[in-house]
Amino acid sequence: MDQLLKLLEQNAKLTNTQLAAILGKSEEEVAAAVAAFERDRVILGYNALVNWEKTGNDEITAYIEVKVQPKRDYGYEEIAAEIMRFDEVETVWLMSSPSYDLAVMVRGKSFRDVSMFVAHRLATLDSVTSTATHFVLQKYKERGTIMVDAPKDERRMSQL
Amino acid sequence: MMDYENLLSQKVQRLKPSGIRRFFDLAAEMDDVISLGVGEPDFKTPWLIREAGIASLVKSKTWYTANAGLPELRKAISEYLGRRFNIHYDPQNEIFVTVGGSEAIDLCIRAMIEPGDEMLLPEPSFVAYAPICTLTGGTVVPIETREEDGFRLTAEALRSKITDKTKLLVLPFPCNPTGGVMRRDDLEAIAEVLRGTNITVLSDEIYAELTYGGETHVSIAELDGMRERTVVVNGFSKAYAMTGWRLGYAAGPEPVIKQMLKIHQYAIMCSPTTSQYAAITALTECDDEIASMVKQYDMRRRLVVDAFNSMGLHCFEPHGAFYVFPCIKSTGLSSNDFCEELLKQKKVAVIPGNAFGESGEGYVRVSYSYSLDYLVEATKRIGEFVASLGKTE
Repeated sequence: MDQLLKLLEQNAKLTNTQLAAILGKSEEEVAAAVAAFERDRVILGYNALVNWEKTGNDEITAYIEVKVQPKRDYGYEEIAAEIMRFDEVETVWLMSSPSYDLAVMVRGKSFRDVSMFVAHRLATLDSVTSTATHFVLQKYKERGTIMVDAPKDERRMSQL
Repeated sequence: MMDYENLLSQKVQRLKPSGIRRFFDLAAEMDDVISLGVGEPDFKTPWLIREAGIASLVKSKTWYTANAGLPELRKAISEYLGRRFNIHYDPQNEIFVTVGGSEAIDLCIRAMIEPGDEMLLPEPSFVAYAPICTLTGGTVVPIETREEDGFRLTAEALRSKITDKTKLLVLPFPCNPTGGVMRRDDLEAIAEVLRGTNITVLSDEIYAELTYGGETHVSIAELDGMRERTVVVNGFSKAYAMTGWRLGYAAGPEPVIKQMLKIHQYAIMCSPTTSQYAAITALTECDDEIASMVKQYDMRRRLVVDAFNSMGLHCFEPHGAFYVFPCIKSTGLSSNDFCEELLKQKKVAVIPGNAFGESGEGYVRVSYSYSLDYLVEATKRIGEFVASLGKTE
């Protein structure tokens, strides 16, 4: 049922009827599979992909490279858990980079807001040895969807 | 003052303009139309293929090729046809590269048909065969294919149209616009009628890679006694999403290919060189790309068939190409009226079935070479339109 997950990942609004038709399964089978995925936390949520720019909301996003000193016996788990707890933090990834360990995405109302968060709350954590903050200027594509004007379909109907 | 009407060829002037010109004009005037009207893939040409085209340009491979096409491309075509469809042609004398499948169709009809000859044409089908036949002075004899037969050509229907003037049978399967396919048994029955006649088959297999439901395409040329009387037309447009590259080919018995090639030589010289280099990569390295596109089409196909049946328009389940051909007779509207009203009221464009021959009346062609999201929105609007007519079964 990987295909079902892929379809939902692309468009979580497809109904069970539509999913069943697309996959050549019954609606009951689809409903049962979705329920199992939810129960097993394979599917964790259904989120709208919002283009906030269009709403006049000028929140900003920062991508922060965080270098940490992992604690003996705990590895990165403990510090990652500490960072995850902040509401401002949207994403925490452990990276393979030679220059930093965790990639942290933070959303805030303003540059100042995010800077204050990093300076006062993130950088001051015991295990954090350094941070480098990069502000996002423009989102062009996110989760496979083009955020700016989508390319026009140039195909012609009169070519039968 | 030039008297163009008298100067221009009467034969060309008499060619019927498309019966749905008015519909296209109407659609062209409107903004924000959701179109399910196109006849080409929505996928981009796979990057490997584009890269091969670019690499050939970087290396300045910008001259004419041999009239018949690059020898390495003809060899790749020969291997591909053997590998995929179990039909075997000598790359040297039995295959040549054309400007799309369209040119191969044109050349085959022109090489075969003389004034007075009859060309059998199953309909509804692609719009180009008939006018070319007419230009050669031949007579087009339509053979209606019916939904209850799965839009297949039956041996019975074929037999009833054969006369001593019959020269050529066009076999357009998998079929645009119906999505009908011919299985091995169906072809065997056709072959049985043709063996022992002098009729040649123009087998247009441009959609051969796009079949669904487990059974893959069978070429009539594979059947006993058919190779010698069949010209296979195929190309890169549909299978590899390469419509704009304009590249196809013909494969058949040497005497036929030789005459077709003669016209090609004078009219075209050779097919586009860049496209030919790209096509070698398509044939040798892109089986996975085809499989992945077919999988996408198949999901869309099932969604759209289900959507039409749910809204009360009976929809034949197509097993080939990327079209569905729902029946709209239950609405009481003609194909043209249905399409015009749908366009005006819901801004959705589908093609009237009668554009593909009179027997397409009562049907519309809906292309599913669009994203799932797009198809969901479009079929929702069509459903609202049909419900508003209130006349469905």
